[in-house]
Amino acid sequence: MRKVYNKILQISGNVIAVKASDVSYEELAEITTRRGKSLAQVIKIEADMVSLQVFAGSRGISVNDEVRFLGRPMEVTFSDDMLGRIFDGAGNPRDKGPQLTDLLIPVAGPSVNPAKRIIPKRMIRTNIPMIDVFNSLVVSQKLPIFSISGEPYNELLARVAMQAEVDMIILGGIGLKYDEYMKFKNTLEEGGALSRSIFFMNTASDPIVESLMVPDLALAVAERFALKGKEVLVLLSDMTNFSDALKEIAITMEQVPSNRGYPGDLYSQLAARYEKAVDFEGAGSITILAVTTMPGDDVTHPVPDNTGYITEGQFYLHNGYIDPFGSLSRLKQNVNSADRSRKDHRAIMDGMIQLYAQYMETEEKRSMGFRMSGWDQKLLKYGTLFRKEMMDLSVNISLEQALDLGWQILAECFTPEETRLRSELIKEFWPDNSKAKVASDGEN
Amino acid sequence: MSQATGKITGISGNMVAVAFDGNIMQNEVAYIIKAEERLKSEIVRIGDGVAYLQVFESTKGLKVGDDVEFSGELLSVQLGPGLLGQIYDGLQNPLPHLAEKYGFFLPRGVELPPLDEEKTWEFTPAVKKGDVVVSGIPLGHVPEGIFQHAIMIPFYFSGEFTVESIAGKGKYKITDKIAVIKDEKGHKHDITMTFSWPVKISITAYRDKIVPTEPLVTQARIIDTFFPVAKGGTFCIPGPFGAGKTVLQHILSRHAQVDIVIVAACGERAGEVVELLREFPELEDPRTGKTLMDRTIIIVNTSSMPVAAREASVYTAVTLGEYYRQMGLDVLLLADSTSRWAQAMRELSGRLEEIPGEEAFPAYLESRIAEFYERSGLVELHTGKMASLTIGGTVSPAGGNFEEPVTQATLKVVGAFLGLSRDRANARRFPSIHPLESWSKYDSFIDKQKIFESQEMLRRGNEVGQMMMVVGEEGTSIEDFQNYLKSEFLDNVYLQQNAFDKVDAATSKDRQIYIFDKVKRVLDTNFASKDKDDARKLFNRLRQFFIDWNYIDMETAEFKKQEQAIDELIKEHSGNEKGL
Repeated sequence: MRKVYNKILQISGNVIAVKASDVSYEELAEITTRRGKSLAQVIKIEADMVSLQVFAGSRGISVNDEVRFLGRPMEVTFSDDMLGRIFDGAGNPRDKGPQLTDLLIPVAGPSVNPAKRIIPKRMIRTNIPMIDVFNSLVVSQKLPIFSISGEPYNELLARVAMQAEVDMIILGGIGLKYDEYMKFKNTLEEGGALSRSIFFMNTASDPIVESLMVPDLALAVAERFALKGKEVLVLLSDMTNFSDALKEIAITMEQVPSNRGYPGDLYSQLAARYEKAVDFEGAGSITILAVTTMPGDDVTHPVPDNTGYITEGQFYLHNGYIDPFGSLSRLKQNVNSADRSRKDHRAIMDGMIQLYAQYMETEEKRSMGFRMSGWDQKLLKYGTLFRKEMMDLSVNISLEQALDLGWQILAECFTPEETRLRSELIKEFWPDNSKAKVASDGEN
Repeated sequence: MSQATGKITGISGNMVAVAFDGNIMQNEVAYIIKAEERLKSEIVRIGDGVAYLQVFESTKGLKVGDDVEFSGELLSVQLGPGLLGQIYDGLQNPLPHLAEKYGFFLPRGVELPPLDEEKTWEFTPAVKKGDVVVSGIPLGHVPEGIFQHAIMIPFYFSGEFTVESIAGKGKYKITDKIAVIKDEKGHKHDITMTFSWPVKISITAYRDKIVPTEPLVTQARIIDTFFPVAKGGTFCIPGPFGAGKTVLQHILSRHAQVDIVIVAACGERAGEVVELLREFPELEDPRTGKTLMDRTIIIVNTSSMPVAAREASVYTAVTLGEYYRQMGLDVLLLADSTSRWAQAMRELSGRLEEIPGEEAFPAYLESRIAEFYERSGLVELHTGKMASLTIGGTVSPAGGNFEEPVTQATLKVVGAFLGLSRDRANARRFPSIHPLESWSKYDSFIDKQKIFESQEMLRRGNEVGQMMMVVGEEGTSIEDFQNYLKSEFLDNVYLQQNAFDKVDAATSKDRQIYIFDKVKRVLDTNFASKDKDDARKLFNRLRQFFIDWNYIDMETAEFKKQEQAIDELIKEHSGNEKGL
């Protein structure tokens, strides 16, 4: 029988303090108020003074409310029954389904021994050319989507979720707007992917402290599925909200703030989550795709900056496109070699981006009123085609189709020598001129 | 030994307050006893009857009243034969052995011996009974891979000792007694092949520390020729994320001409660390034909491993480096990244509620960074041999801004600054070391004046390039334009290197001296071009010729043939070399 305390000594922000003994660090407690029950977690102990962060927030808590320590740290249920279900940031169902109490597993477990990892070298096809061709997503990769408010980052996540070749998807919503959450749900439902998905959803109107738990719940469940051999894709949106919640608690706790008010351990906190991405030797894998909105489009802001040093690349989303310049998949070299992909993959990847860079220069010259040469005209045509046929996020084609399309676009705009591609590849892949024409006619 | 005990009175993150009884010391190691687990921690502050411990593990589940045992010893590493080829965490736990024993995850509160205690080593004595020795003097040797590992008088012995007995040639375990030595007061001490050393105290069992002057050949042309590193010196590699720090480190760890490389991956991405862990054992050491791992020690703390262990990892690495230096070897320590280490310091300082300094880093940031780099050096050992420990650290400045405290504090104490540039990385210019912003206080093996003139050319070329952005090509004189082409040529054929090409990836000292002369000849030549297009065409050809040349092995006839073609091309177009 655990002791019950009903004298709350301090309430400050979402943190309360009680005098209690025999309490362990990070233990859970249940707080019963007039409005119902909420979980809370021990975040500091000083002699018999115990500070707890209340998941549902401290609003309406009275000093005489009951605090009951549960004698265990945060846990989450784990079973196949979770598929197709939606939970909140405390791990309770937020759909109309039954409470699951099967097997409880601890969250935020120990990190993976680097000696047991395997080098990531399997591509996850998404059928989005800007990803598959130019910055391939790799099993076990952790990638943020750097973005600003208003960009279609959640649409992109939902599309990846629909199209990615994985066994299952775990979506962690952190402070998501309610309509964004519904859009996710509807997209996955319509696409028939809901039955292979699990949602942990904290919306903007839900308690902010619960948003802190979402990544841990999602990743703990993902880890168990991965250990059972499943290829799991974890989507997190938005990790800036997670960081802001950390900041709020840290300041409430009067911790010495570090950069721009964020706590000194922001890097460790983010890394502890992102590093859960793994390809287990002899079991499944976890791949993490997360949204990081950049306040003021500023990549040097502490959240994107710290994230960039932890993750294996990033997708920049600019004006509705995945930017071919800022974006980077650090692991793409592991999957786009001739034996793992197609032998023209790297050449197309580099060649088309180099030409696109030249197009951008021409575009700049054009906007400054310089006269356009014949070469400039070719580049302008190329840039337009590239944007429309390759960069548009609604394009949904296989990697092979995308590579073929790349050759078509090149053939339509340039002579083989102008592309600077290697002659032996041109010999094999350069489309028949007449065919190229037919293809473009067909599209017009 | 104190063997003090205590009980936990408070917990906040990985910082634990402990009421203690007995004698304890600053930085002493303590263990928190939690059922079967023994959580390692270090005393970081002592108050009135309360010790503050930073715990090297997760503190989840600890309670007020939990027992604490103090060890009476500082955080130490075990030294002895068998360190080479190992992969350790920041506290010297062998990660592959942990994986064998515990599987995928790193369980809390477990320690495994860093060295194999069962393995036997073939010992050959180097002293005899009655010899007078001091700390650091080898009593004998055991072969460890390609090296003779010196079994030395432990560094904590001060004064002169007389050898009482010494083991004969034969096989011994590291814990077997191999000698007895007698101090000046007549006390006898048993010596085995292993001993411990506190990581935060530098090893100084040498005769003298000397100013480093001899270049350490890294085989990266831009470094060796323009921004050289000296054996026993220090350098830093700052750069924003995506600029190629990790790749450059890997290249240096493979090609730098030293005996031993120690890589400290401190708070790095597990995905990149795993490449190091899996690739190194398979890579061939060009010098020995054996695996690179035979002369490497890797210290790994991924960014999700506990922060206090991350803080310890650079000290563990530098101590191992100093140990091998004591044997007369040239050691290179690469720390990636020192910013992660500094951040760990900041995190711990925040938990201690210390008054924050600039950007919330602790006030002692600079002195800690200085202390770390100062552990490098070229030394003359008691045996008269020379040996060196070179330290290179990467810095990951927030937002790629070199004004921030870690970069600035590092710049104050290092001998060379290899600044990486995002623009160069984006333009696929590898290594992305910026030739106009980097510097070195050491001397290259190439003539100073020639380097100065080449750098002038780069500067002039850069100015012309910027001017052309405003006035266009037409507004530039042919002479300026040629300078621009020359600086681009120097950049393309000499500063940049193809890391994926077998030959071009590593350029020896002799080859650098040889081809630099040829490059310099191009820079010094006045080419007679009738217009800018003509000049551009010529330099495109020159560039192609030189790049092809870079791919050809120096020992071959083809190399000479290519050189002749280059000479002819230069001669044919030169305005001032016609008579040659």
